[in-house]
Amino acid sequence: MVSIKEALEKYQEEFFLAGNSTCAGCGLEIALRWAMKALGPNTSLVTPASCLNVVVGLWPKAAPNFPFMNMAFAAGAAAATGVSAAFKAKAHRFPGKVWEKMTTLVFAGDGGTTDIGIQGLSGAAERNSNIIYCCYDNEAYMNTGIQRSSSTPHGAVTTTTTLGKERYKKNLPRIMAAHEIPYVATCSVSEPLDIFEKFKKAKSIEGCKYIHILASCPPGWGIASEDSIEIPRLAVKTGSWILYEIEKGVITLSKKSKPLLDPSKRAPLIEYLSRQKRFSKLSEKDLIELQEILDLQWLNIASEIKCQENPS
Amino acid sequence: MVEAQEDFVQERETKIIKGNIAAAYAAKSARVQVISAYPITPQTTVVEKLSEFVDNGEMPGTEYIKVESEHSVMASIIGASTAGTRTFTATSGQGLFYMYEMVHWAAGARLPIVTTIASRGPAPPWNIWADFTDIMSCRDTGWMISFAANHQEIYDDILMSYKISEDYDILLPKFVAYGGFTVSHTSKPVTIEDQDAVDKFLPPLPDERGWPHIFLDPERPMMHGNLIMPSGFYNEFRLKIHHTMLLAKEKIREVTDEFGNTFGRQYGNGLIQEYKMNDADVAIINYGELAMQMEQAVDDLREEGYKVGCVKLRYFRPFPVEDVINIARKVKVLGVADRATAFGSPTGGPLSSEVKSALHNSGVSTQVLPIIMGLGGREVSLEQQKNQLKVLTKINETGEFPNNMIGGTFWDGLLEVE
Repeated sequence: MVSIKEALEKYQEEFFLAGNSTCAGCGLEIALRWAMKALGPNTSLVTPASCLNVVVGLWPKAAPNFPFMNMAFAAGAAAATGVSAAFKAKAHRFPGKVWEKMTTLVFAGDGGTTDIGIQGLSGAAERNSNIIYCCYDNEAYMNTGIQRSSSTPHGAVTTTTTLGKERYKKNLPRIMAAHEIPYVATCSVSEPLDIFEKFKKAKSIEGCKYIHILASCPPGWGIASEDSIEIPRLAVKTGSWILYEIEKGVITLSKKSKPLLDPSKRAPLIEYLSRQKRFSKLSEKDLIELQEILDLQWLNIASEIKCQENPS
Repeated sequence: MVEAQEDFVQERETKIIKGNIAAAYAAKSARVQVISAYPITPQTTVVEKLSEFVDNGEMPGTEYIKVESEHSVMASIIGASTAGTRTFTATSGQGLFYMYEMVHWAAGARLPIVTTIASRGPAPPWNIWADFTDIMSCRDTGWMISFAANHQEIYDDILMSYKISEDYDILLPKFVAYGGFTVSHTSKPVTIEDQDAVDKFLPPLPDERGWPHIFLDPERPMMHGNLIMPSGFYNEFRLKIHHTMLLAKEKIREVTDEFGNTFGRQYGNGLIQEYKMNDADVAIINYGELAMQMEQAVDDLREEGYKVGCVKLRYFRPFPVEDVINIARKVKVLGVADRATAFGSPTGGPLSSEVKSALHNSGVSTQVLPIIMGLGGREVSLEQQKNQLKVLTKINETGEFPNNMIGGTFWDGLLEVE
């Protein structure tokens, strides 16, 4: 893994520039900044409707220092498929140029990914389109003012779940893995070097790559801007958000999550939930139930890993 | 300038093929670089044939994306066109409705995308047969819209479309529409032109980067479509699209002339094609395949001594306002026949409403008879079209309109209902 020292020395160049209009403490900004550091300049980005359309700057200002295409809400994965196909067609007509080295990236929110964009994304995955699709997941429609999405966790208050969401978070990384694409990974904005490594790896793989990043949203989550790293870090420490990679169907826990297979290493879930206003409507009973669900999820992962290691 | 690829050869040849196959041959002749497609009746055989071409190695370097919906068809085509490649797709009816969000997007982004529509009636009830209501619903999207009346015209119009759309002064997408089944699935002789001749008329994209002012290039990073405030240039961008539509009329005339001089097939002034109009007392404007049959009706009635003519409308967007006024000036009564609906509009038909609007304040007092017929593929016979001309003649002679008009429109060929 790249060290902090190396990352800061060797990868000083910025592609998502200062002066963009993200909120203070925006998780999306960290995610895109480190993803682009890993992917480098020969990257073309497609972004469907999301905060990112707005925070890049209002016309004629623009923070991205790389080709950037705004797209309609449901159309991220399909538009990127077209871009990627065009680069391939151009590489055929103009061989030996930059076109054969281009990476096509999608950066979409959880609404654009898990709700309205899932059909197009599923299509791109099944076709194994040569793109990296990244969902920055702040767990609600933050751009339109904090409405629930299918990625909003159980119990979270949003402007359309004023009593807390009844249903549970859709597990999109696993749905993507079920498409048997070559690479699926999860990240958290609290671990930028992990983001860096996973995007580097995704870039080196041909086909459809899916990376799902937990991205904090201070206004949406009801947290202070200065806690924007601390809270997603707690999501990882409590085991509520699990960092892993799935390659050819095999799951590998990432550095920060691997030790948590031992339940005693996991911080209690309440430490993550109680710091956020959006979970203020959870009862004590809810908290106990959520901890039980999480523990069961970890048991399942442990048995999955055990099976992989000892297939007999 | 890119050299032609030597492994991409097509000699001039006449084939007896279906309308859809003519569309596929045109895409091949145009050397499209990215195709994206989703099956829908009656368009499907266009993309089946292209699949065959690509799989057989007859279109080297062409990427073919098989997407999961029409929304993704147009999204992927927009992505590919923004990256600077020549693109193609085809759809029909419900598929066009499903991609409608992206149809607007393509025009707003000023991408020279060419798409064929094998038109069919909107559901419900389910209908898959000729009806131009689907393409008419794209009237205000910023796409140019033309009609191909026959098989050869499909092939020819697609080639002309790329030349018009990709012109640096135009850069607007374009639809070529033709009747589902009536043209898409019937066979006629079509001349497929020699590849070198097509390359000369329509060169493969010369610029590695793509279209002027539109590219996805790390050397020149560019934002596409970012948010613009009401005080920004949004109004002016929209005005530019309208202004370009007006400019496009001249470009269409020019390219149609050049096409005629190169390949020997003439299409009037590009926007409209007149037939026996010089001494006509009455005439009908049609579009699509029924405009061809109408020429036969005119011939037949002229033998009986009627002074009738007809006009084939080739372009609906940009709308040939000046030509329509000229036509109206030539006759005393003008029929305008729609194989499409525009519910609640002044006449109930999209073209007749446009014609009435164009004639308003033009100083022309010609009587206009809006006609609606053949919806959802209902047969419109030669006899029926001859009768339409006779109805116009009667109006001219007696001032008498048919007694079964509905809201000022003649709905021709309705079933008898108790």
